[in-house]
Amino acid sequence: MNARIVQIAFNTFREAVRDRVLYNLIAFALLLSGAAIFVGQISIEIERLVVINLGLTAVSLFGVVIAIFIGIGLVSKEIEKRTLYTVLSRPVRRWEFIVGKFLGLAGTLVVNTFFMAIGVFGALLYVAHKFSGPDSLIFVALYFIVLQFLIICSLALLFSSFSSPLLSAVFAFSLFVIGSFADDLRGFATLTSGITRWIATGAAYLVPNFSALNIVSAVAHEQPIGAQLVLQNTLYALFYTAMALSGAVLIFERRNLK
Amino acid sequence: MVGFWRKRPKRALQPLHLTVEEGEIFGFLGPNGAGKTTTLKMLMGLVFPTAGSARILGKEWTDPEVKAQIGFLPEQPYFYDYLSAHELLDYYGQLSGVPSKNRKQRIEDVLQRVGLTDIKGVQLRKFSKGMLQRAGIAQAILHDPKLVFFDEPMSGLDPLGRREVRDLMEQLKRDGKTVFFSTHILSDAEALCDRVAIIHKGELRGVGAVEELTATVQGKVEVVWQGTQVPASMKALGAECHVSGETMRAILPESQQDAAIDALRRERLRLIAITPLRTSLESYFVEKLQHSQTTAGTTS
Repeated sequence: MNARIVQIAFNTFREAVRDRVLYNLIAFALLLSGAAIFVGQISIEIERLVVINLGLTAVSLFGVVIAIFIGIGLVSKEIEKRTLYTVLSRPVRRWEFIVGKFLGLAGTLVVNTFFMAIGVFGALLYVAHKFSGPDSLIFVALYFIVLQFLIICSLALLFSSFSSPLLSAVFAFSLFVIGSFADDLRGFATLTSGITRWIATGAAYLVPNFSALNIVSAVAHEQPIGAQLVLQNTLYALFYTAMALSGAVLIFERRNLK
Repeated sequence: MVGFWRKRPKRALQPLHLTVEEGEIFGFLGPNGAGKTTTLKMLMGLVFPTAGSARILGKEWTDPEVKAQIGFLPEQPYFYDYLSAHELLDYYGQLSGVPSKNRKQRIEDVLQRVGLTDIKGVQLRKFSKGMLQRAGIAQAILHDPKLVFFDEPMSGLDPLGRREVRDLMEQLKRDGKTVFFSTHILSDAEALCDRVAIIHKGELRGVGAVEELTATVQGKVEVVWQGTQVPASMKALGAECHVSGETMRAILPESQQDAAIDALRRERLRLIAITPLRTSLESYFVEKLQHSQTTAGTTS
């Protein structure tokens, strides 16, 4: 990877780490894990289920919030503060800037997820006193959550490359909500006919399929996760991310920085 | 202009033909909103022209190789709050391809040059406007560019800071660099520039060497002598006389120069200087702007 992309990514990561909002969100995530422990203690025989469900959902939601709120500002803040002028007047291509920003945010989210995952495993150990074989599936669930983050980061960047931060946040969050029901949307499309079917099917396949990436409940219930699903989700997430990033680059390459 | 769906395009620049020679300090002058910053942004590839082309250091201005050899200071620069001046320069140094073995020393040299060595570890959010301007200049010259573009480099600086920036620009010229800077402070341009261009409402109004633009006008000379009295013979020549402390100065037609010297000699007054009366850059600038307004009024 070229050095300029690495530098832009590192600087983005450093900005996020030095930004106190990130620390607050980690604290909130840990707090939620604490709540999971509390719920686990008052439940009977379902402590593990509750902790995994609540913990992983918290990891996902906090990560999504961070991805959207940092992602939408990655480009617009640099334009607004004119810091972009001194970057792009150097031998930095616009696509390198977008890819570097994306990787920086993705890296931030991976590190953030790592610390939140420690919280989840800590809470699990606290309620179950030991780890069991099916707990290893939590890693797969965390991996899928990270794949979700990649898609959301790329979408936030795509929207922020042509829209205001507020609208970008609305678009990205809406897509996250709709994408979480992508399976239902696809099911709905099969029930319709004619042009409605075309539109519903098109929309169902256009929105990111976050429901396929959400295996929190399956992991909590110790259901097996096939290797094929892992491969399929990986390819899907990478393809969707690449498409969204390409869109962001295409728009940003033509944008006048006034 | 505000449209319903998207902003209506506004013509910011008229066709602009300009050549800057290597090794000179070139002033790009114009009132606020004249199109100076837009021109610089186009050259930096930040906004795209609807038509036209430019060459920088003999290459197309869009060539990435060109960007490694130019430095740019935007107007009222603002940098990453959470970085120190040293970290900022390290980041920009890496983006500009400054080799790691030289980078640290180069950063120290540049910080020293702009007077930020003592506060190199302080985060930029604690910097004053003047200090940010210095950091901006530092990042523009960090990678030892052949050509530097400064957009309003004196803006926000106190008189001492302005003097330091002027000295730095002169030093860059001595180092063989080419300096292109925009300003609306004419005294800075007059003191620094080899050549200037005047732009108004996106249109080039005049370009040339400062000496040429401020060359003798109206065929007048200024005669300065010691004393507080104006000889009657000098008055008879139709001179405009002004007293300033222990010296007198008179402005009169060039043809009367010898008669004025004779008059002072007769009165045994000490002649200090005779200089051709030059128009100031400010007068030239105002004249160009007024001329353009008159033309616009006539044509509309």
